[in-house]
Amino acid sequence: MKKSGDKFEPGGVIKEPGSSKEVKTGSWRVFKPIVTENCKGCGICVQFCPEGCIKVKNGKATIDYDYCKGCLICMNECPVKAIKSER
Amino acid sequence: MTKIFMEGSEVMAKTVILCRPDVISAYPITPQTHIVENLAKLVADGKLKSKFMEVESEFSAISSVAGACAAGSRTFTASSSQGLALMHEVLFASAGLRLPLVMVVANRALSAPINIWNDQQDSISERDSGWIQLYVETVQEAADTLIQAYKIAEDKRVLLPVMVCMDGFILTHTMEPVDLPEEKEVKQFLPNYKPTHAILDSENPMTIGPFTYPEPYFKLRKELSTAVDNSKKIISEVNEEFGRKFKRKYGDGLIEEYKNDKDVAIVSMGSVVGTIKEVVDSRKDVGLIKIRCYRPFPKEELIKALKDRKTVIVIEKNVALGLGSGSVLPEIRSVLYSLDKRPKLVGFIAGLGGTDIRIKDIEKAVDDSKKMKDGEAEWLI
Repeated sequence: MKKSGDKFEPGGVIKEPGSSKEVKTGSWRVFKPIVTENCKGCGICVQFCPEGCIKVKNGKATIDYDYCKGCLICMNECPVKAIKSER
Repeated sequence: MTKIFMEGSEVMAKTVILCRPDVISAYPITPQTHIVENLAKLVADGKLKSKFMEVESEFSAISSVAGACAAGSRTFTASSSQGLALMHEVLFASAGLRLPLVMVVANRALSAPINIWNDQQDSISERDSGWIQLYVETVQEAADTLIQAYKIAEDKRVLLPVMVCMDGFILTHTMEPVDLPEEKEVKQFLPNYKPTHAILDSENPMTIGPFTYPEPYFKLRKELSTAVDNSKKIISEVNEEFGRKFKRKYGDGLIEEYKNDKDVAIVSMGSVVGTIKEVVDSRKDVGLIKIRCYRPFPKEELIKALKDRKTVIVIEKNVALGLGSGSVLPEIRSVLYSLDKRPKLVGFIAGLGGTDIRIKDIEKAVDDSKKMKDGEAEWLI
């Protein structure tokens, strides 16, 4: 939900989908996952990312750092160890 | 209308049929058991079209009906005592989400020591949850109030959950002649539920129960508080409309005054009001005010009913530990504080754990009140 506002549906129900995009959670991140050259673009990290912020573009995983919270599940699940992390 | 002679719980189950909920979920607990036992049987026998969700706890029962209601269903659940306490978290959530749930509470004492009999500690402990709480005096009132509860809860100006609180055993397990309204008439009074603010619809997806930052949280809680306060008007309206249609109503829906023109007035709620009426009839020096709607608290109505009394005696079946009285006494005290000339106010904690409140106990309370100091509370034992 938005950080401020005056109009709410009863009970704070949100009727417009996609409102989670308004809150950029990337600032929560401590560890930053970095996709290296080894990426084969298999998309397993896409399936595992709890934020849904990884897409395969041009045969390579691409992370949207506006929303990546740095949980590193992608790094853990990558079958070819193509994702590293840095602080 | 058909007059039937039936146990309170069975009457409630029959009334649930009249209200046509889509989903029922409940976990059995004494003294609520007979209500859901009857409902489970009616569903199993095909006499009630509702979906009956069998669950492993009261937490799941209230969560199931909250979920079903958020998806757009009319629901029913019932509980008592520890079962209601286990629902605590979801009670706050469902009021905050403005889900028009309806629940029957068969009032029972809370542990420890463990006890299965009646007092009102269980529901009174949930007074700040945002649920409307209606306390009933008779089985007839319980049945009528259940029908009214759906109409109140689902009103677009309300959208709040409602508890119908009936004294365990005293009402749930007692045979009483009851006028059960005809199905057709109830359908006219209470049409099918048409959800608007919360519904499961893949064409129009919505987020229910989102995380909120401090400012929207604060504003939504304020909106909730206003909604609970404003529901008083609708509770009265629904009681009036019910009265016009079924020829029975209960005071103004919020409080009911009974021979309240004496110097002394007793304030109480629930089934004990019937016993107090006997005392009022025989003594001639005391009147009675029944609180039917405990949440929202009928402040203005109580001021009007009590401002000309010399003594007000509150008899209540709960104790606010650490306050030395029940919960209702200090609330009435705060309501009367605005008066220039305040009546003397005393309270009695009575009937805990199913202790009988007899006519002579009420007589004793009235006599003892003369010696008590303003604001004092005693244990009627």
